[in-house]
Amino acid sequence: MSLPMSSSTISPSHWALGRLNWDAVPMAHEPIVLWTFIAVCLGGIAVMAGITKFRLWGPLWRDWICSIDHKKIGIMYMILGLVMLLRGFADAVMMRLQQAMAFGDNLGYLPPHHYDQIFTAHGVIMIFFVAMPLVTGLMNYLVPLQIGARDVSFPFLNNFSFWMTTAGALLVMVSLFLGEFATSGWLALSNLGAQSPSTGLDYYIWALQIAGVGTTLSGINLIVTIIKMRAPGMSLMKMPVFTWTALCTNALIVASFPVLTAALVLMSLDRYVGTNFFTNELGGNPMLYVNLIWIWGHPEVYILILPCFGIFSEVVATFCKKRLFGYTSMVYATVVITILSYLVWLHHFFTMGSGASVNTFFGITTMIISIPTGAKIFNWLFTMYKGRIRFELPMMWTVAFMVTFAIGGMTGVLLAVPPADFVLHNSLFLIAHFHNVIIGGVLFGLFAGINYWYPKAFGYKLDRTWGVRSFWLWVVGFWVAFGPLYVLGLMGVTRRANHFEDPSLQIWFVIAAIGAAMIAAGIGCFLIQLVVSYLKREQLRDWSGDPWDARTLEWATSSPPPDYNFAFTPVVHEIDAWWDMKKHGYQRPLTGFAPIHMPANTGSGAVISALALVFGFALIWHMWLLAGVSFAALLITSIIHTFNYQRDFYIPAAEVVAAEESRTLQLARHV
Amino acid sequence: MHKNKELRRPAWLAAIAMAAGLTGCSKAVVLNPAGDIAAQQGQMVITATLLMLVIIVPVIALTLFFAWKYRQGNTEAEYDPEWHHSTTLELVIWTVPLLIIIALGALTWIGTHKLDPYRPLDRIDAQRPLAANVKPLEVQVVAMDWKWLFFYPEQGIATVNELAAPVDRPILFKLTATSTMNAFYVPDLAGMVYAMPGMQTELNAVINRPGVFQGMSSHYSGAGFSGMTFKFHGLSDGDFAQWVQKAKTEGKPLDKGRYLHLVKPSERDPVQRFATVEEGLYDKVLNRCVEDGKMCMHHMMAIDAHGGDAYVRAAGLNLPQDWCTARNATEVVAALDPRNATAPAQRARIRQ
Repeated sequence: MSLPMSSSTISPSHWALGRLNWDAVPMAHEPIVLWTFIAVCLGGIAVMAGITKFRLWGPLWRDWICSIDHKKIGIMYMILGLVMLLRGFADAVMMRLQQAMAFGDNLGYLPPHHYDQIFTAHGVIMIFFVAMPLVTGLMNYLVPLQIGARDVSFPFLNNFSFWMTTAGALLVMVSLFLGEFATSGWLALSNLGAQSPSTGLDYYIWALQIAGVGTTLSGINLIVTIIKMRAPGMSLMKMPVFTWTALCTNALIVASFPVLTAALVLMSLDRYVGTNFFTNELGGNPMLYVNLIWIWGHPEVYILILPCFGIFSEVVATFCKKRLFGYTSMVYATVVITILSYLVWLHHFFTMGSGASVNTFFGITTMIISIPTGAKIFNWLFTMYKGRIRFELPMMWTVAFMVTFAIGGMTGVLLAVPPADFVLHNSLFLIAHFHNVIIGGVLFGLFAGINYWYPKAFGYKLDRTWGVRSFWLWVVGFWVAFGPLYVLGLMGVTRRANHFEDPSLQIWFVIAAIGAAMIAAGIGCFLIQLVVSYLKREQLRDWSGDPWDARTLEWATSSPPPDYNFAFTPVVHEIDAWWDMKKHGYQRPLTGFAPIHMPANTGSGAVISALALVFGFALIWHMWLLAGVSFAALLITSIIHTFNYQRDFYIPAAEVVAAEESRTLQLARHV
Repeated sequence: MHKNKELRRPAWLAAIAMAAGLTGCSKAVVLNPAGDIAAQQGQMVITATLLMLVIIVPVIALTLFFAWKYRQGNTEAEYDPEWHHSTTLELVIWTVPLLIIIALGALTWIGTHKLDPYRPLDRIDAQRPLAANVKPLEVQVVAMDWKWLFFYPEQGIATVNELAAPVDRPILFKLTATSTMNAFYVPDLAGMVYAMPGMQTELNAVINRPGVFQGMSSHYSGAGFSGMTFKFHGLSDGDFAQWVQKAKTEGKPLDKGRYLHLVKPSERDPVQRFATVEEGLYDKVLNRCVEDGKMCMHHMMAIDAHGGDAYVRAAGLNLPQDWCTARNATEVVAALDPRNATAPAQRARIRQ
């Protein structure tokens, strides 16, 4: 093909280095990348020096990297998500700056090739390596606690899943400094197959394939956990709503991620062995790829939003001090959304030229989803009705969500009307819509969840002042950043452009950039909130284990919970089990502790994932020798791991007694 | 139906005025376009929005009201911690959205079929139906890396990055692309439709006001995407004839050689005009066989549909790679059809 190629693809392949050579190092000619690299190096060296100085390598390896405790893995997922949020948001700021200045003769500061990588990386990172880890992290942390279990069903698999996700994220980060990232958009709808021979799309493929292994396995793990490990008495219709949404989300993951995997396998065959599934030649068809990727892609947005619906359900009941209105209809609404999410994918490309009947079908199925979603909003609304609402941070995020999401939902249904979609598709209106639901829904939900469960995970509440500042900057910043994009969409301005002719549009982009700056300040306040809370942790300490007077089982144990979560498996009689226990004068058992059977830590997950990272890297650069060696090592390590028979141990009764007695003392001291 | 429409008009006008006021007067082209199809699509945006506001406004208002009324500090407000179910209320919260979606679904059904881009127009604008004998102006659109090529088969000319059409005459666009997917979008004229390699999509539209309108690719297609814009001129019949004449006098002929030069990736190309076009060029572009020796896609598909190359050989047709040109394509495809009584005779003729 006669498309521009990067020089690295033209030079002959080296026996060990493949197509990696000096030209593939962008910092040699891109100052922005060079400075980023220097900053990353200095930061990395500082962190490593700190770890060495305080002799933390041992504990880091033993207690965290090898940990198979669902709580620690959950926290590590959250850290991964927050770190990647900073990277993804840096991309967003660069885009906003470019679009705010590139008018008329001014081409801005980012050439198309760089700009295209940035918006691709922004989408990939925000969905796969920010939203997914944060949602998975919360599910990992909370599901076993909410169902009264001691861990997930497959604790080693959980550790392995996390490290595979991290390996995928690392691969994306490596693309910043070696080679380049995809310029194809976050779903790789453009520059398909053999048409773009650079390393970008290979980074995309292998980052998502490696992370996808983790996501799929984690999905299986949580489904089995929820089905098999619930406390006695907790029938499905007595599960907390968050656990219900986690169940549905993981069912969606297990059913949809294989489609993504298959689509990416076909694409890699096109790129590596010259097949023609998605090329223009020899019967290949890019439309097939578009269908496959959206058959995964639409359930994906529900994978992100459903757990957040669960978070809001928990938060609203706790802070209104009132049982959730319409639990049953909430559960059915969740299940209906789960099923319907597979019947709507074509609404992402009404404009591809399917007939009117096909478009109508997918338009109407999409609208139908708004009915259960609307029912959910009403359920939260009527939970507030006749409640006693405490405006703590989680509740503030929830109210902001209900208002913001209602509007995002409305513009979504509008885009589901095909004639309207024909004039709004691919426009900035669409960008405003999906940020409206992803920020207004998923992100607000995650902030509600983080503020709500932080005391459970770390034993102290988050500081309110900085939390309130972060809240207002985010909520107002969101509207300042994305309101103008709705307007620009109605002016017929299309997405992903890095330059505009019409200077009268500039003011709207400038306003949007100001909004992005406010959100940046919001993120800053959140980070300060974490630091300030740590410094003030003694004042903010939660001794009770139940700082919000909450309703579900995770609040029945100490904050943070002991390794074994519950000394005795709780018995459940009602929805809102902990509330029910409190109402009936529950007394903590003080005697009769027995040794507790627990899974043992292992480093295999981290090692196998590291080998997968090397394998992916080698395939990207066509280092066939390294690819072969790392794949063999990966297989061998996996086999060796199966011969590891030291998978479990018993926490001696004496240790349990000691832990429980110290908690008894704590509770007595801080009545 | 017609009466209903008039009843709703004031609401539309109010919404348009509001939206236009919000968005800096006439800049909101989606709500105030110059072509009838885009205008109907814009109206659909407004109607659907108003219909949904029926439920969105109360939800937002109630959220804020409940948040205020049932705040912890307000001890006057009723508190009922165990109230969590009401069959009546459940019926209402499922039924009201359902009713709105039924109404919106009906609108969608009608609107999607009426505004299907493949559907030939039946009116010039809201007041004027289309006369029976009007033949639409056909324009064949090719999205290239990163420019637009427009063929005018009726006029025999072609242009790059400039499009023109007479006001109030229906236009039939046939769209394809050379390497990556793009979307053809003139916001003033009609909603976008994808242009895809090896595929042909269609778009029927009409422009009702003379003027120069912005056109673009609205589906990201790579490095030169942002500059892939063109001007669409709505012209009177006389001006359009002059515009065509200009291409005929100024332009060079567009033959295979010039096309293969043009198809190479380039950015922000100036307007080019071609006086004549090699016969069948668009069909070859569509079927990806402009280059010598490349089998056309529709022939490949016809052969495959009849059992593949072996079957074709067995039927006595031993064909070289470039055995068919766009010119004899129809004939060759017909010759392969076993249901066609004259197929053997046609095969014999092609063999020569």
